[in-house]
Amino acid sequence: MENYIGKPIKRREDTRFLKGAGRYTDDIKLPHMAHVAFVRSPYAHAKILNIDTTAAAQAEGVIAIYTGADECGNFGVPCGWQVNFKNGDTMREPQHPLLAKEKVRHVGEAVAVVVAETQALARDAAELVEVEYEELPAVTNPKDAMQPGAPLVHDQWPDNAAFDWCIGNDRAEVEKALENAYHVTELEFINNRLAPNAIEPRSYIADYNVNDDKWTLYTSTQNPHLIRLLLCAFTLGLPEHKVRVVSYDVGGGFGSKIYHYTEEALVTWLSRQVGRPVKWTADRSEAFMTDAHGRDHVVKSKMGFDKDGKIVAHLTDEYCAMGAYLSTFAPAIPTYLHGTLFQGLYTTPLIHLNVVAPFTHTVPVDAYRGAGRPEATYLIERLISKAAIEMNMDPAEIRFKNFIPPFDGINQPGYQTQVALQYDSGNYAAALEKALEAAGYENFRKEQEEARQNGKLLGLGISTWIEGCGIAPSAVVGALGARAGLYEVGHVRVQPTGKVTVYTGTHSHGQGHETTFAQFVADKLGIPIEDVDIEHGDTNEVAFGMGTYGSRSLAVGGSAIVKSIDKVLEKGARIAAHKLEAAVEDLEYGDGKWTVKGTDKSISFGDVALTAYVPHDYPQGEEPGLDFSSFYDPVNFTFPFGAHICIVEVDADTGKVTIKRFITVDDVGNIINPMIVDGQIHGGVVQGIGQALLEEVAYDEGGQMITGSYMDYAMPRADDVPFIETHNTVTPCPHNPLGVKGAGEAGTIGATPAVVNAVIDALAHLGVRDIQMPLTPQRVWKAMQNNN
Amino acid sequence: MQISLTINGKSYSQEVEPRTSLAHFLRDTLDLTGTHIGCDTSSCGACTVLLDGKAVKSCTVLAVQADGSEITTIEGMANGDQLHPIQEAFQENHGLQCGFCTPGMVMTAADILANNPNPSEADIRHGLEGNFCRCTGYHNIVKSIQHAAEKMNS
Repeated sequence: MENYIGKPIKRREDTRFLKGAGRYTDDIKLPHMAHVAFVRSPYAHAKILNIDTTAAAQAEGVIAIYTGADECGNFGVPCGWQVNFKNGDTMREPQHPLLAKEKVRHVGEAVAVVVAETQALARDAAELVEVEYEELPAVTNPKDAMQPGAPLVHDQWPDNAAFDWCIGNDRAEVEKALENAYHVTELEFINNRLAPNAIEPRSYIADYNVNDDKWTLYTSTQNPHLIRLLLCAFTLGLPEHKVRVVSYDVGGGFGSKIYHYTEEALVTWLSRQVGRPVKWTADRSEAFMTDAHGRDHVVKSKMGFDKDGKIVAHLTDEYCAMGAYLSTFAPAIPTYLHGTLFQGLYTTPLIHLNVVAPFTHTVPVDAYRGAGRPEATYLIERLISKAAIEMNMDPAEIRFKNFIPPFDGINQPGYQTQVALQYDSGNYAAALEKALEAAGYENFRKEQEEARQNGKLLGLGISTWIEGCGIAPSAVVGALGARAGLYEVGHVRVQPTGKVTVYTGTHSHGQGHETTFAQFVADKLGIPIEDVDIEHGDTNEVAFGMGTYGSRSLAVGGSAIVKSIDKVLEKGARIAAHKLEAAVEDLEYGDGKWTVKGTDKSISFGDVALTAYVPHDYPQGEEPGLDFSSFYDPVNFTFPFGAHICIVEVDADTGKVTIKRFITVDDVGNIINPMIVDGQIHGGVVQGIGQALLEEVAYDEGGQMITGSYMDYAMPRADDVPFIETHNTVTPCPHNPLGVKGAGEAGTIGATPAVVNAVIDALAHLGVRDIQMPLTPQRVWKAMQNNN
Repeated sequence: MQISLTINGKSYSQEVEPRTSLAHFLRDTLDLTGTHIGCDTSSCGACTVLLDGKAVKSCTVLAVQADGSEITTIEGMANGDQLHPIQEAFQENHGLQCGFCTPGMVMTAADILANNPNPSEADIRHGLEGNFCRCTGYHNIVKSIQHAAEKMNS
C-alpha cells in the first residue's frame, strides 16, 4: 500500500531553515579558527613579475602568507573527464595550480593567500600584498580564441583548442542531404555565458588534527565523497581514510558546487601548515570571478526539411569555451551531455555536430543547471520554430510531424538515436497536446490578431525538450572519457527498535531528499514516515557516493536505497519465517508485517528488527543485524521530456518583454512528491527565463568581467516572472525500480527556447526572425526597428 | 565602540569595531547565524532583519548604527516550537528549497504584511524586489505570503 508515494508531503527539512537553524558551512565556528583572504589578479592575462608580501606579513593578525612559489604552487586540481580530438590526439590538459605561477589567465585567479586571525584582518593584509604584473592581450570569446594570432592561454600548445570533437553521422553525408533539402533553416547565435549564482557563496573550513593526523573539511559541495577522492588521490595526495568531508546544508548548487575548486584544496593544505582550523567564504564578487560558469557557445546551425516539413538533416558547428583551465567535468558538458541530445524529440535521420572547445582568458566553464542539454534544446527548438515561420507552417504542427512515435521501452524497444544514446521511453506528442490544450492554443491566434489591431504585440512560443539524466552507467561514461564511475550508494540501517536510518551518497541542497526519500522508504517498508530518517553529506557516515547533479538523485540514489530495502526484506522474511514457524515462500509482506498467507499469523517489522539484534530465538546460521548497503549502477540514462509554452507581450514602444503565462507539461516518470517536483520546475523555468531575457556574463575587450556583481548581472526577481502553470504526463522509466526519471533540470532546459520563440512569434509579422539572448528591451526594440 | 541594543527581546551590550556590519555582528559576535550573507552590494536580501520594525539589509547597516535599536532576526520569529504564521505558511506552501534566502524572505514578508495586511500578487512581487531566490522561481514564496496574509487576518 502506498501511503506516501505520490503525495505532496510537507518537507521535514523546513523547520530548521525557517527557524534560521540551518547548518551552512559559513555558520560553523571552530575553536582557534583562522581566516583566509586571497589576492586575486585584476588582469585577464598577465605575467607575474614580482610579489612583495613584506608589508602584508607585518600587518595586524597575520599568521602566514603563501604564493605560487611556495609548496602549494606545485599542487593542481584535476579534470575528471577526458575528451580527445576527433583525429585521436589526446585532450590538452594544463595544470590548474592552487595559486598562479608566472602567469595569470583570468580575472580573479588567485596569486597569493593570507591567513589571519579574522576575516577582516586577512582582507586588510591581502590589500597590502604588492603584485607587479605585465599585462598581456586576452581573448574571451571562444570563436575569437581559435582565430590565427589569438593570444594563447597556454603557451605550450600552438592554438587554444583543448579538443576538437564531433558526433553523429558522416559530415559529408549530412552536408549532401542539406544541399538536396527542400528548405534549409539557418541560425547563428551565441548561447550566452551565465553565472550560476547559488545564493550561498562557496565556503570551506579545513581542520587538521595533528594528534590524530586527520583532516576534516567542511565544504559547500554537491558531492562530498567525490571531493574527498579528488583531494586525496589527485590534488594533495592525502590518505583518504584519514580525511572526512562534511557538507551539511548547502545553499543551492545548480552545478557550481560539483567541482573541486582550488580554494578548497588550498584551505585544506593551509590548515596543516598553520596548525589551526582555517576558513574561507567567498564574497559575491569572488563568486562571480571564480565559480565555474555555464553555457558560452558560439553556434552555427543548419537544419534541412522536405516539402512537408519533415527534418532531413541537421548540421551544427560550435565553439564552446572551456575558460582558462579545465574544470572538473568541463569537457563532458558541450560534448557527451550536449551532442548526445541532438536527436531532440524528432526522427531526424542525419545529424552531425562539431565542437571546438578553446581555452579562453575567463573563469572556467562547466555544468550549470541542465549542462549542455539546455544548449542543445535551445538550438533545436529555435531552428524548428524558425523553420515553421519560413515554411509558413504552424509551430505545433511541424513538431507533430517530426516527433518520434510513442514507445514504453517494454513492449516497444527504446529509441536508438543518431548520436549514441538509446532513449528509454517516451510519448512526446502527448506532452505537447496537453500543453497546447492548457494554453488554449486554438483560440490564441485570434487573440493575437485582435491584440495587434489594438497595438499590442502578443506572442506564443513552444518548446519541446528531452534530456539524458540518471547519470549514469559507469561503463558507458567510462568509454566516453569519464574518469569516475557514476553509480550511487544507498545504505539502509534498521535499528533494533525498528526505526530506520538511510544513508545516501546523493546530496540535498534544496531538492528535499530528506522528505522524498523517506516517502518511498516508508512505503516500501510499510512503516510510518516518522520512523525513517535520511542522512547525507558526511563521508564518515555514508559509505560512498557520487553526489547530486544531472537530475540523478532519485533515479540512481533512490534505486540504490531500493536495492538495500529489498535485501532487508529478504533477510527479514527469513527471520519472520523462523519466528512464525513457516516457510519463507508461505509469507507475504505488507503494512509493515510478514503474514503467513491465508492465516492471521503475523510478525511486525519492528519485532523482526528486534529479533535480528537480540538473536536468542533465531534461524540457524543467520547473521545478526538488519543493515544493508548497496551500490546501484544504472543500465541506461533516463530520458525525461516535456513541452513548454510561453505567452509574452512585447511593449511596442520600449521592446520590454512581459511574460503573461508560462505553461509546462513535464514527464519526469513516476512522481514521489508532486509538490517538490513542481517546485523544481518553477525554479528551473525561472532560471531558463533568466537566460532568455536577463542574464549574461559579459567581458570587455581586455578580459575584464563587467558583470561582476548583482548590480550588473541581472538575475530574475519576483516581479520579473508570473506564476508558472505546471502539468505532467507520466511515462515511467522502464529500467529503474521506482520508474523515475529526474526533475531537477527540466524547467531550465525547456524554458529558454519557449521564451525566445514567444518573442519572435510576437514580432514575426515585422520580419523579425532571431534576436540574440538575453532579449533586453534594447535588443528587442532594435530588432523591431531594423525589420520594420 | 560600545553599543547597546535589543535583539529578539534580549538586551545586549557589546564592544564592536566601527566598521563591523550589523550582519557580521549578528553572525560572528552573537552567533545568530540565521541571518545570511549572499552578496556585497545590498542586492540579495538574504541578510534582511527588522530594525525597529522595518526591514533592513543588515549587511549595509553598521552595528554602531543599530545602537539603541530593537532588532528582530529570523531566530526571533518563532515562539519556541510554535512557528510564526509566516513561517508556517512557507512550510505549508513549499516556499523554500535550499533555505539560504529563506530568513531574508520571511523577514521581508513580515515587513510587507505589516505595511499592507491584504497585499495583491503584484504588491507581494514588488515587495520582494530586494530579495533573490535562485531555487523557487518565487512562485511558492508569493503563494506563502498570500497564505500568511490570510492566516494573519483570520
